[in-house]
Amino acid sequence: MDGGFFTKSRARNIFFGGSVFFFLLLLVLTFDTVQKLPKSDHRENITPEVARGKLVWETNNCIGCHSLIGEGAYFAPELGNVYKRRGEAFIKAWMKAMPTGAPGRRQMPQFNLSEGQMDDLVAFLKWTSEINTQGWPPNIEG
Amino acid sequence: MQYQSQLVAKPYFIAAIGLFIVQILFGLIVGLQYVVGDFLFPEIPFNVARMVHTNLLIVWLLFGFMGAAYYLVPEESERELYSPKLAIVTFWIFLVAGALTIIGYLAVPYATLAEITGNDILPTMGREFLEQPLITKVGIVIVALSLLYNVTMTTLMGRKTSITIILLMGLWGLSLFWMFSFYNPENLVLDKYYWWWVVHMWVEGVWELIMGALLAFVLIKVTGVDREVIDKWLYVIIALTLITGIIGMGHHYYWIGTPGYWQWWGSLFSALEPIPFFVMTLFAFNMVNRRRRDHPNKIATLWALGTAVTAFLGAGVWGFMHTLAPVNFYTHGSQITAAHGHLAFYGAYVMVVLAIISYAMPMMRGRVANCAKAQLWETWSFWLMTISMVVITLLLTGAGVMQVWLQRMGDTPMSFMATQAELSVFYWLRVIGGGVFFIGLIIYVISFFIKDKKEAVTTSV
Ligand code: HEM
Ligand code: HEM
Ligand SMILES: [Fe+2]
Repeated sequence: MDGGFFTKSRARNIFFGGSVFFFLLLLVLTFDTVQKLPKSDHRENITPEVARGKLVWETNNCIGCHSLIGEGAYFAPELGNVYKRRGEAFIKAWMKAMPTGAPGRRQMPQFNLSEGQMDDLVAFLKWTSEINTQGWPPNIEG
Repeated sequence: MQYQSQLVAKPYFIAAIGLFIVQILFGLIVGLQYVVGDFLFPEIPFNVARMVHTNLLIVWLLFGFMGAAYYLVPEESERELYSPKLAIVTFWIFLVAGALTIIGYLAVPYATLAEITGNDILPTMGREFLEQPLITKVGIVIVALSLLYNVTMTTLMGRKTSITIILLMGLWGLSLFWMFSFYNPENLVLDKYYWWWVVHMWVEGVWELIMGALLAFVLIKVTGVDREVIDKWLYVIIALTLITGIIGMGHHYYWIGTPGYWQWWGSLFSALEPIPFFVMTLFAFNMVNRRRRDHPNKIATLWALGTAVTAFLGAGVWGFMHTLAPVNFYTHGSQITAAHGHLAFYGAYVMVVLAIISYAMPMMRGRVANCAKAQLWETWSFWLMTISMVVITLLLTGAGVMQVWLQRMGDTPMSFMATQAELSVFYWLRVIGGGVFFIGLIIYVISFFIKDKKEAVTTSV
């Protein structure tokens, strides 16, 4: 790689030119994505409950054990589609029953959510389960 | 060591190693909780231990990068650091803020921490890797600004080399992309979209610039190869990195509510991302083969070669394994992801930081290299940590393949928890692998205290 046509300054120009070009391409693709998102994220359904539910999700660090649409931790089940897998009543009963205390079994904490927080959380999980994820996950088990 | 102010790197490196030890202890805790589900429950639930494990990783790597910058920039610029005092003050701010954050995670429930640190003002918490309270996030910005100011001024007032320019671009990029951690819209899809502008743009973008600069610096020092040659390689590597890696971010936009065309963009470009890592391996071996001197610091050279190879394995090979959309459809968010995350972070960033520490620490302690005996201990730690991390990766890959098979393929998929129960052998062996890694780390620390009375390699540079 020394001498000849391929000099250090050529390499540097390719670096600067290439980076700028592909960053601009990213911006173009981002612009297009943001235009198209409303069709797949159904933002018209983001009610105040859904927005508050996201905060409940975040301030209890649910992502520290679970994944949400495949991102997060892998210690506990995927929850992006849990609304479809289990339904509202099950989710609420589950949250209240924690921790199971079964010896040796992975334990989920008791978060002591109020009824209102519980409703918000379920609204958030319902909205999440309706995002168009191009068919992911492969089946209902997540 | 040529400039007195390079010494400010020392506390940064010591703190990095200290936090590394705690990171691994918490890794062992999360690893055990995978198989003994109620271990330390309810005192330290899994989510808390995991957060400590991953955040400490990021924080100690940042300590390492900063120490490296303070060490390298004066030497490359051929002048003293602009303000050594500022660097020391910044060190203490970062250490205290980091320690308080970790204590906060462990001492109070996360919801309480969010409340008392004013997450309501601007909700940013509760997202993977970005769990820090708002004040800690702001603290990181302040620390970054102080670093940037200090090293940029030093560079501007001194000699400008390709290495410092690339390092500075990496550090500026790191700080700029961090700003996306403050953006957390109500819309989960947008939240996820820009979350990756921190995470992917770091590890597959600007951090690679930092890695390249550190690797090149160590290679110049230990091989004595001409700068022109090294610089050219370096520009080729980072050009390939950003040309593939920026649009390669599309490999995270397959299933999060973003348009389907990302499956094409992401697959195509991210499939090329291993190339810069491969070139980095060629680069490291080429330089060592063409060396003009036999530097007495053999172990620094070993770390430099090791980081190139292991980064290629972890990021290149294990990254490629699950990056094509049709594969990722099945592996997304499985133990395959965890396998890749471990080897990539270890190979690329842990090892490059250990390489620069290995080179710079003896210098700062007044010798060109450690005695043969200390280097032997460090060599043992190199192999113990590296091999156990490869084994951990293989075990998690085994677990991941089985998980995908049982839970995501076939007509009668098993539930998540039932699948996990089937994988417990892999997880038990992983804990043992983690134990060996920890032993390697302890040996690494011991190597700093090994002295050989007969053989004193105490010369100045
Ligand atoms: C050697 C002992 C270690 C053990 C037993 C261990 C174990 C674990 C476990 C159980 C998780 C959580 C997986 C989940 O979310 O379910 C995790 C996450 C993680 N660990 Fe470790 N770890 C160890 C060392 C390391 C090292 C040395 C690094 C850095 C090189 C590291 C980096 C990470 C990262 C980046 C994650 C997040 C992974 C992801 O999101 O895919 N760990 N670790
Ligand atoms: C040193 C560089 C790299 C590091 C440190 C790294 C680390 C990681 C980590 C920690 C994750 C998990 C993120 C999460 O928690 O959701 C991840 C995900 C991923 N990485 Fe990398 N990575 C690197 C390079 C690469 C490269 C070069 C490729 C492709 C060739 C790649 C492909 C992927 C893919 C496809 C995912 C998503 C996995 C999923 O869908 O669950 N990575 N990486
Ligand atoms: Fe990525």
